[in-house]
Amino acid sequence: MALPLRYNFRNVVVRWRTTLFTVLGVAAVVAVFVLLRALARGIESTSGNTGDPRNILVVRKGSQAESGSLVTRTQFRTLQYFDEIARNERGEAVVSAELVMIVSAPRRGGAGEANTLLRGVTPRGMELRPQVTLVEGRWFQPGHREVVVSRRLSGRFEGFEIGGTLKAGPDHLKVVGIFDGQGSAFDSEAWMDADEARSIFDREQYSSVLLRPRDSAAAQAIILRLEQDKRLGLRGESETLYYSKQTMTAAPFRILGGILGVAMSVGAVFAAMNTMYASVAARTREVGTLRVLGFSQSSVVMSFMMEGTLVALMGGIVGCGLALALSVYVQARGVYFGTMDFQSFAETLFQFRVTPDLVGLGLLFSIGIGLVGSLLPALRASRLPVIAALKSV
Amino acid sequence: MEAPIVVIRDLSKIYRQGEVQVTALNRVSLQISAGEFVVLMGPSGSGKSTLLHIIAGIDRASSGEVRVQGINVANLDESQLADWRNQNVGFVFQSFNLIPVLTAHENVELPLLLTALGRRERRQQVDLALNLVGLGDRGHHRPDQMSGGQQQRVAIARALVTDPALIVADEPTGNLDARSAHDVLGILQSLSRDAGKTVLMVTHDPKAAVFGTRELHLEKGELARDLVQE
Ligand SMILES: Nc1ncnc2c1ncn2[C@@H]1O[C@H](COP(=O)(O)OP(=O)(O)OP(=O)(O)O)[C@@H](O)[C@H]1O
Ligand SMILES: [Mg+2]
Repeated sequence: MALPLRYNFRNVVVRWRTTLFTVLGVAAVVAVFVLLRALARGIESTSGNTGDPRNILVVRKGSQAESGSLVTRTQFRTLQYFDEIARNERGEAVVSAELVMIVSAPRRGGAGEANTLLRGVTPRGMELRPQVTLVEGRWFQPGHREVVVSRRLSGRFEGFEIGGTLKAGPDHLKVVGIFDGQGSAFDSEAWMDADEARSIFDREQYSSVLLRPRDSAAAQAIILRLEQDKRLGLRGESETLYYSKQTMTAAPFRILGGILGVAMSVGAVFAAMNTMYASVAARTREVGTLRVLGFSQSSVVMSFMMEGTLVALMGGIVGCGLALALSVYVQARGVYFGTMDFQSFAETLFQFRVTPDLVGLGLLFSIGIGLVGSLLPALRASRLPVIAALKSV
Repeated sequence: MEAPIVVIRDLSKIYRQGEVQVTALNRVSLQISAGEFVVLMGPSGSGKSTLLHIIAGIDRASSGEVRVQGINVANLDESQLADWRNQNVGFVFQSFNLIPVLTAHENVELPLLLTALGRRERRQQVDLALNLVGLGDRGHHRPDQMSGGQQQRVAIARALVTDPALIVADEPTGNLDARSAHDVLGILQSLSRDAGKTVLMVTHDPKAAVFGTRELHLEKGELARDLVQE
């Protein structure tokens, strides 16, 4: 049997000053680590849960994003009559030609301006996106300069409340409703009538076309047909696939998380190592005594590594607690974070959520810090010559 | 006479520090019988601690042979030696060497954690040992809540809890007042006389020597005198 854990635990408590510093250091590192992961995940889940797998989004060949795409009226007319497209109960083709514009609006609280996406959408387009539901006010009326904004944007931009205005090009749009996109990318958009949008911005073309094929075979057929039709110059892909590719915006967070994670864990490892070296130095005679009593070198190593891990794990628990508390607070207050989409330069809004698996990951991370940080001090303790150790004060 | 429990032949210990050689023990030969209470005396630097450490298996000889209960300890590797110490030798140090964060009970229990004993048996053994040194009611106290004499008695309980044949003590009364020293010596004496343990004790105190059954004097690493007391 090895040395009892309570021995380590009490030593940790007795040396509470150094313990506290290490615990707080590790806690900070683990909290940042968990939060960065939660942010990356928040962005991914926003893009990931957008769209309907049955829908196909059509953009110009060579365009990566809707906002940089142009679909001419001729192109749309050709596309519109594809007989693979489903029809609704009124016999209309379920296809929506839309205009996506970037507008700039003042942030609430005077924090400058930021870009946001304004989508000119048709009745079919709204049917194709049942995720988006009106929660306040009413929908815009065709032929009116009216706009409905997402609840997230409403909290973020000045004038984005019912009765407020949104400046679009030379015109002002009246906000008549608030919608909820249920965590999808549409939560970062404002919607208005497509024809009205084209007239305000004086655009002949559309940006993209969203359509519903009759079935999955028809979907494949449309994608293939567009790909092979070089003259038409359009590209189609599943709507969900399109949005999951937009997940690229999480990459900077992942990279930042990686770099920060490595740099900070090196710091945390050194903090843990320092504490454990001090602990070993202060307990040299104790180690000698334990060895005399018959405890092996490996049980001394284990004991000190346990102790280092215990300290780091306490830090991990505190750090995860902090991250969790922040996450709960942010959810409760409905605070959103914006990240710039590098293609449209519009903000994507998201929340982070610290899930149980992220907490688990954070705890594992802290255990790793503890194990690595205490390895060398533990080895030093185990290699102390017994008699010399006994003579130390 | 009982069969010898410790047999030492031509034992030497030489420390080398660069060019300088220190002969801590010089060809010491000696036998100790089971149940003896041997008091080891001699001037500072005469090699008393060194001899004690080698017999107890925490140091190794430079040459010569040491057998304890017929076992040549030089043939054991580090981990075998650790097990051997745990089962056969109890240690008492001048400065008690209790683990400060553990209670008296937990300190005494430490050597038993390396045995196959279950929790209940360990508890019984620890209570027995603490009662033997008169501290049955102090089990839950930490070392800093006890006097030096009490701490040393806890250390003796820890030394005898595994029921080892040999108990070694290096100046166990060196840090104690006269009264506590007397108690400690009395306990060691009864361990040898009543429990049949072999006790090997280093001391500078001639008054402590009278508790033993035999007095060994070391001088400059050599055995100078060997007196068996009446
Ligand atoms: N690690 C070491 N390296 C070099 N010399 C040592 C070492 N340990 C002990 N010695 C020397 O060996 C000799 C015997 O030391 P030892 O500790 O056995 O003496 P002692 O009789 O116990 O003395 P004291 O009564 O002061 O405790 C001394 O000269 C000491 O300096
Ligand atoms: Mg000595």
